[in-house]
Amino acid sequence: MGKFFAVILTLIALASAYPILTHMYVQPVDISTHGHAIDEQLSDTMAEAGFAFLGAQLLLAFFVWKYSSRKNGVKVKHLPGGAKLMVATAFIFVGTEVLALGVLGQKAWAEVYFTAPKPDALQVQAQAGQFAFYFRYPGADEKFAPLHPDKIDEGNGNYFGLDPANDVEARDDIVTAELAIPVNREIHLLMHAKDVGHSFYVRELRIQQDFVPGLDLSVHFTATKTGKYEIVCTQLCGLGHYNMKAYLNVLSQEDFDKWLKEKASEQ
Amino acid sequence: MEEAVVPAAHVHAPPEGFIRKHVFSLDHKVIGKQYYGLGLVAVFIGMGLSWLMRFHLVWPTTKVPGLELLSSTGAPGGVITPEYYLSLLTMHGTLMVFFVLTNAPFAGFGNYFLPIQIGAEDMAFPRFNMMSFWITFCAFIVLILAFFIPDGPPISGWTAYAPLSAVGKDAGPGLAWGQSLWAMSIAIFCVGQLFGSLNFIATTLDLRAKGMTFMRMPICTWAWFITSAIGLLAFAVLLPACLLLLLDRMAGTSFFIPAGLVISDRLQNHAGGSPLLWQHLFWFFGHPEVYIAILPAIGIVSHVLITNMRKPMLSAKVLIYSMMSIGFLSWMVWGHHMFVSGMNPTSSLLFSFPTLTITIPATIITLIWLGSLYGANMQINAASLFALGFVSMFVSGGVSGFFLAQPSIDIYLHATYFVVGHFHMVMGVAAIFGIFSGTYFWFPKMSGRMMNETLGKLHFWITFIGTYCIFMPFHYLGLVGNVRRYSSFVDDFMAPLMPVHKFISIAAFVTGAAQFIFLYNLIHSRFRGKQASENPWNATSLEWSIPSPPPWDNFGGKHPVIYHDPYQYGVKGSKGDFVMQDSPEQV
Amino acid sequence: MASGTYTQIVSPSHLAGPDRASRSGIWVGIFAITMSFAAFTSALYVRQGSGEAAHIVLPPVIYANTLALLLSSLTLEKARRGIAKGLGPEVDESAAGMAWLVVTLILGLAFVAGQCLAWRSLATQGLYLATNSNSSFFYVFTAMHVLHLFGGIAALAYLIGRLAGSLRTFGQSLFGAIAIYWHFMGVLWLYLLLVIGTRL
Ligand code: HEM
Ligand SMILES: [Cu+2]
Ligand SMILES: [Cu+2]
Repeated sequence: MGKFFAVILTLIALASAYPILTHMYVQPVDISTHGHAIDEQLSDTMAEAGFAFLGAQLLLAFFVWKYSSRKNGVKVKHLPGGAKLMVATAFIFVGTEVLALGVLGQKAWAEVYFTAPKPDALQVQAQAGQFAFYFRYPGADEKFAPLHPDKIDEGNGNYFGLDPANDVEARDDIVTAELAIPVNREIHLLMHAKDVGHSFYVRELRIQQDFVPGLDLSVHFTATKTGKYEIVCTQLCGLGHYNMKAYLNVLSQEDFDKWLKEKASEQ
Repeated sequence: MEEAVVPAAHVHAPPEGFIRKHVFSLDHKVIGKQYYGLGLVAVFIGMGLSWLMRFHLVWPTTKVPGLELLSSTGAPGGVITPEYYLSLLTMHGTLMVFFVLTNAPFAGFGNYFLPIQIGAEDMAFPRFNMMSFWITFCAFIVLILAFFIPDGPPISGWTAYAPLSAVGKDAGPGLAWGQSLWAMSIAIFCVGQLFGSLNFIATTLDLRAKGMTFMRMPICTWAWFITSAIGLLAFAVLLPACLLLLLDRMAGTSFFIPAGLVISDRLQNHAGGSPLLWQHLFWFFGHPEVYIAILPAIGIVSHVLITNMRKPMLSAKVLIYSMMSIGFLSWMVWGHHMFVSGMNPTSSLLFSFPTLTITIPATIITLIWLGSLYGANMQINAASLFALGFVSMFVSGGVSGFFLAQPSIDIYLHATYFVVGHFHMVMGVAAIFGIFSGTYFWFPKMSGRMMNETLGKLHFWITFIGTYCIFMPFHYLGLVGNVRRYSSFVDDFMAPLMPVHKFISIAAFVTGAAQFIFLYNLIHSRFRGKQASENPWNATSLEWSIPSPPPWDNFGGKHPVIYHDPYQYGVKGSKGDFVMQDSPEQV
Repeated sequence: MASGTYTQIVSPSHLAGPDRASRSGIWVGIFAITMSFAAFTSALYVRQGSGEAAHIVLPPVIYANTLALLLSSLTLEKARRGIAKGLGPEVDESAAGMAWLVVTLILGLAFVAGQCLAWRSLATQGLYLATNSNSSFFYVFTAMHVLHLFGGIAALAYLIGRLAGSLRTFGQSLFGAIAIYWHFMGVLWLYLLLVIGTRL
């Protein structure tokens, strides 16, 4: 029975590794400027974790194969080196891995969170509410009008709570249901939660950031490939959570200008 | 009450009558079994819920006959609605984490065996002990009540993030009374666990028999002891958090709710609260909670492995120190659940480092297990198979933690099925394997009868292969970017992944069904099993020195004296290759 | 703490396991309670990070309450001494000891009554639980403290009942454990008063 365990475990370990080794399941293409660092980190970690996984499982299988159900009265042996060897191994291998990943590997994180958006980044505000995203462009005056939660009126399309009657800046703000952005231009996304927590996740952008009610958070990124990508909510926000999404539309600069003009006229 | 003539060591008199013996019993053994039984009920409910979830994910429009009887709004005509999926999710997670993983391996086995393994006749405070269980039981009832109220159980997940969990019915079904019941249940649960942990600690510190030094305590006793220290801190923080949540919900305070929220077109009358405060409090509890789930299993599995390897671990001391360092480090890592939640990005790095560091003691533990297998005389039985399976699961779940501990990778993997795969393996399945291993191992002691080994092994094979089939593919889905807590995957992106989901669901049904083999074995063996001897596994620790099942005062009025450390295997003893802890034999 | 049928010889030369346990139990419990209040306090700090509310002027009765609680610790010690003497060969001061115990209980109850007055006084100023964050924390801190104090009051009442039955069954360790808890309630209150006075 011990040998059977060893065989089954070996098969499980190999079967688990197979889809990874053959790249059956990989991240969708990266369309961001920072994503390659995340992807590299991920594949480095995969190599190390995969090695640890296979090593430990196969060793377990081997030992169980070799040392199970032996004749009665067989004398047990102890591993030369004993616990000291194990502790040293753990410290050396895992310790260096921890250092490598934990300290040197934070480049990707730094690129997203420790750099300020460039001054010429395009500012867009994203609002998440149950169960839709809305986006706001500042318009010609390049200023976002203040929000008045009491003015929110979904029925009349006032999703953000703008007050054009009293706020001059609000008159040219452009509100859309789709996030269109120009390619190769940095975007500074200002995040606003209308009701409960939500999240902004675009797989291809390698960006995930929560919307937290009461907190003014922001992320910045640059998309490098035109196309339409899915924005999904990844913070449980209520019954429509599974259906809360919008599209990220990466356009060439001309297309984007055209799109924005069109939207401005629809307001 | 008279002069003290009763021997001081008799903590309580033999119980009489059904109620005193089996219901409101002061006997730690009965209380241990009660916890275990509660865990068993919870795990089957939780599993049933996971079946419904998996069913809905792959056949969203198919009827589940009879489900409309449970919830006519959640499953009209037996078809699960998306919001009912979230109710199932919330109750599944809550039942599993609190009522299964905390109850069975820690409170259940711990109650039964900790006093015996240190040579005590009972817990330090038997009355408290009884209260702890019944408080926990109340918590369970309060939680289950949520199924039977008109708008059903809460939909905010087991993490109950504010403000979704705090603002009440405007935010969705189940968030009115359902969520309140949830918060009450957890608060009550905390009280029960606090009393329980206090009892464990005082018992271990003060009721050890003569000769039972700390380093002569079995590894599982150590694990329960360390776990109770963790539990004491963790539940002492979750309790205030739940109370504040309840106040926000019922008294109109604003601890977690900021100003200016517009929910269901209504401006909420709250100001200045902080949603991140809930997350900090919750995860300050939440991360240590996963060690509350896994450490007792680590202890149990080590105990079972040693007995079946017929040799001691390379070093029990190193194992114990590793568990302690895990316990200690677990207080510094809670922020790794909040990398993308708007916490200061520098803190993310600060939380990442201790998280990665925890893998060192975890690796040491694994390597000690592996290294100890070298040269062993491994006995294969249901208990040891589950212990070996645990080692395998612990490794599989551990390596995926390596990804999630790095904030940069977490940007991509956070809230995907990768996380679901990770925590199910390392905390869910691993801890459950620990429970199974403990059950097959200790059942003879607890009931006086052996479990059926053939059924036990069959149970193991289906469960072992099945759980890998369920939870390994979760990781692949996550790598592709399949997000979690979604009740259906209708969109362009996730629809192509449906075959994987189908495979997982089928595996889940098969694996779940196999658990009824276990249930049958448990019940059948309880009444029809082979009579068990005092020490069927030729083990060394104190629980095997007393009759199966033990008398009400454990040692029959005798006071055990301990001469050895707990794992004298592979030696020449008068009874075989082992020497019991309380045997004065020289080795 | 120890179970009811447990009997214990008076003044043991060394504490037996279960007796030591009730002492460790109390310390462990104190540790947990401290942790809970630390959590409440950190909640206060985080919460005040997002805007402060108007300060609360403490109702003067709070100071009288504080005095009562501190005094009760003293009277409890007097009671302990009296009862210990009552058990010895010398003059019997156990009656006086019992009386001090009752005084302790009354002082405890007076503290609770005084806290109720404090709540009333805040309410008449229009400060309720949900009025603003400072008032919320005021009520939470004080109510949680009173809730824990009820544990001490119940234990004192139980102790008085036990001792009224017979001094002989008096468990030194039980008394000791309750005394530690009671003093801790005083210390905890001083800490809370400091927080309430300076932060709210
Ligand atoms: C029969 C085996 C099990 C199956 C098939 C299963 C399946 C699932 C599924 C499908 C989800 C929902 C994933 C999502 O939509 O995001 C889930 C969530 C969860 N499960 Fe399990 N599960 C099982 C056993 C367990 C066990 C033993 C535990 C104990 C730790 C557990 C704890 C959880 C938790 C904590 C959640 C998260 C709930 C939330 O997101 O709030 N599960 N499980
Ligand atoms: Cu959502
Ligand atoms: Cu964690």
